[in-house]
Amino acid sequence: MSLAMPAPDQAVLARRERIVAALRAIVPGEGVIAAEREMRPYESDGLTAYRQLPMVVVLPETTAQVSRVLAFCHGEGIKVVPRGAGTSLSGGALPLTDGVLLGMAKFNRIREIDLANRLAVVEPGVTNLAVTEAVEHAGFYYAPDPSSQIACTIGGNVAENAGGVHCLKYGMTTNNLLGCELVLMTGEVVRVGGKHLDAGGYDLLGIITGSEGLLGVVTEITVRLLKKPDCARAVLVGFASSEDAGECVAKIIGAGIIPGGMEMMDRPAIHAAEQFVHAGYPLDVEALLIIEVDGPRAEVDHLVARVEAIAKSCRASASRVSTSEQERLLFWAGRKAAFPAVGRISPDYYCMDGTIPRARLPQVLKRMRELSETYGLAVANVFHAGDGNLHPLILYDANKPGELERAEKFGADILKLCVEVGGVLTGEHGVGVEKRDLMPAMFSEADLKQQQRLKCAFDDKGLLNPGKVFPTLHRCAELGRMHVHAGRVAFPDIPRF
Amino acid sequence: MADTVRPRDAKDVEAAVQWALAEGKTVEIVGHGSKRAIGRPAQTDVTLDLSTLTGVTLYEPEELVLSAKAGTPLAEIEALLAANGQQLAFEPMDYAGILGGVAGRGTIGGALAANVSGPRRIKAGAARDHFLGFSAVSGRGETFKSGGRVVKNVTGYDLCKLIAGSWGTLAATTEVTIKVLPRPETEHTLLILGLEPARAVEAMTFAMGSSCDVSGAAHLPAEVAGHIAADETAGRAVTALRLEGFSPSVAERTRTLEALMKPFGELATAEAPRSRAFWTAVRDVTPFAADRSNLSPRQDERPLWRVSTAPSRGAELAAMIAKGAPAQTFYDWAGGLIWVALGASDDAGAALVRHAVAATGGHATLIRAPAAVRAAIDVFAPQDGAVAALTKRVKESFDPKRVLNPGRMWAGV
Repeated sequence: MSLAMPAPDQAVLARRERIVAALRAIVPGEGVIAAEREMRPYESDGLTAYRQLPMVVVLPETTAQVSRVLAFCHGEGIKVVPRGAGTSLSGGALPLTDGVLLGMAKFNRIREIDLANRLAVVEPGVTNLAVTEAVEHAGFYYAPDPSSQIACTIGGNVAENAGGVHCLKYGMTTNNLLGCELVLMTGEVVRVGGKHLDAGGYDLLGIITGSEGLLGVVTEITVRLLKKPDCARAVLVGFASSEDAGECVAKIIGAGIIPGGMEMMDRPAIHAAEQFVHAGYPLDVEALLIIEVDGPRAEVDHLVARVEAIAKSCRASASRVSTSEQERLLFWAGRKAAFPAVGRISPDYYCMDGTIPRARLPQVLKRMRELSETYGLAVANVFHAGDGNLHPLILYDANKPGELERAEKFGADILKLCVEVGGVLTGEHGVGVEKRDLMPAMFSEADLKQQQRLKCAFDDKGLLNPGKVFPTLHRCAELGRMHVHAGRVAFPDIPRF
Repeated sequence: MADTVRPRDAKDVEAAVQWALAEGKTVEIVGHGSKRAIGRPAQTDVTLDLSTLTGVTLYEPEELVLSAKAGTPLAEIEALLAANGQQLAFEPMDYAGILGGVAGRGTIGGALAANVSGPRRIKAGAARDHFLGFSAVSGRGETFKSGGRVVKNVTGYDLCKLIAGSWGTLAATTEVTIKVLPRPETEHTLLILGLEPARAVEAMTFAMGSSCDVSGAAHLPAEVAGHIAADETAGRAVTALRLEGFSPSVAERTRTLEALMKPFGELATAEAPRSRAFWTAVRDVTPFAADRSNLSPRQDERPLWRVSTAPSRGAELAAMIAKGAPAQTFYDWAGGLIWVALGASDDAGAALVRHAVAATGGHATLIRAPAAVRAAIDVFAPQDGAVAALTKRVKESFDPKRVLNPGRMWAGV
């Protein structure tokens, strides 16, 4: 693998035994894993192309333990990589050979359910779906629903600002949080937010969310809960071209309709999904839209009719409306199984995650087809159409020499293309190690340095998850340096009054 | 009086901050100055007036995005959106009423820097939730950007969140991109009359816990409700629940909500035009407006606090304050946002308010008070040791020489 990670600290590695012993004193019993065989499950996350054994795995159970582990590592200059369920698709939890892998899985309790205030207080190791399961008896749910919601944890969701198919209407993780408890690299415990809305000072919760484990370790999270809509219906619409499908999406939003979910699949993805789950998708179309509207029955019926009319005006070649909950779920089953379905037709696939201004979709798909030919690798597309978040799946075979490298280059070209047309490198999977070296395609040196200065405010020694997000590591002292030319900057000829 | 600098473009802003750094000067950032009286009084050498940086630079209704220079009037953006059937879903409040300025002023940059929001906050989020990207000049005199112009983006730290609510203490934004959303087809407000605050919070909690998708929930005690003049409700407390959306949906939800609320008390309704006027008044805190000359020969200059707490604790918090001093209050955000007007005093009632907030959780900001009072006490929520230290480090990471709006939020920040 061509990925360059921070140079291992040989002095730390030389003290490994002493470090492990010290960690065992903080987290007793089986909470410290140092045997190579037992550390194996932690060597990679959802981005399995990259693997690295950590120096040691620590599984704390209390905030006090997290605090002591981090304080110890801060004092000793030891790097720390936090990890939730390890479902990151960008390598956010990739271990470091000289680093502690801090697994938060034992933080798996729901501490409080407060339905009067429509919130739940949970530990970071609780899975996304478990939050909804804990409150659905009362008709509530937690809105962000990443596809990995059975496995992924709330802590990881906070780190990555996870999205899902419903985030156009209901927001990403950052829009559904109220507070958290955060342990800084020094071991200091900070409480941010609570049961109330908005920050009284700087919005630290907002900056922690999506910081990919580089600013602190979250040990408790307060999430907002929503009442489940009365009903939901899905409309399945096929189009002879992606241009027509794109026009349909634009017209729906132009009509003031924000669907609960609006997904698009291209021909290869439709075929793979249909073969896998037999959802009844039309196979003679180039693009398929699943448009779900939710709310009170009167609203849903009203909007379904409007969506159907808009689809018709955009030359839809096939259209079906779910008539039962079972059928609605079947429509979704194909989309939700798109990744494993592609996994069946190809030995390996590489999932990308760019966002583009939706109007540029036909142009991006056309260019992607050209790239597909250049690289000799097939690509299937699933797309959160409402918000422009594109998930191209590049099909390759890791056993064929050079194919993974080709897939990675193809992926990088796609992401650069996203930026070129006014989009961004990642819509919901995070930068991690995967897109780290592409950051300069989107950000200038000054942009990246300002972000890294903010990291210094949280982690002055750069010990938390180094090697992720930023292509170049700078020391905080260097980043903080200023060159002020006293008396040498003439007052610019700006109008003064 | 400090010198005022009016930059022509973003480059000028950078040059001005670099000059200030070189000369050891401090800079106050203003747009229209509509919120200038909030925070600790500025004692800066130069005023950087960004109201000259105007213009919508990108508006793609079907992509739900709009970019504008930071000094673009909010009113101009709202008019453009309205013409396209869209709106700023966070419902930015107009501070002119309570601070005594000219109505309808304020820039988009200012609205974001103050993280303003209105009654729809409980459903649609605050300004922070719609802030997608920006270009800015840091206190280091460096131009930088963050975010993007698409609605879904997790590339790098979400600096928009940090800039929102930083009151110009971190950077001077020069251009911003925001998420815009469809304007509801219609709205309808259900009123419950005569409830005590604690019971009103119960009613609002019940409504928010229903699937009626309530987009505004406010309670005005009798002595405050009169100021929003709703004829048949005169003299009684009003608890209001707003429903917005497509007509068939609003009609169905109105029926459902009426059935749910019936046990709480006598119901009344406000149809779209009256509903709109009502929520604008709640949004702009009209009951405590400075120029309420029809109700009082004197202008309302009482200290005014904005308190955010857990909705279920709202009535309790207000009661604690009222026990300590004559206070008028009303509730938005289903009980979670409480506006408190107190009698004038040396500390504007800070000790009392802060004590109550400490008991219930949340935070309080002193929105209106004489400059001398704002200079003497904490206007923003005081912070504990670790958070205060982190706040200072965050400030230093953007503005190490404390050039931009120094001390506006806290001394030393």
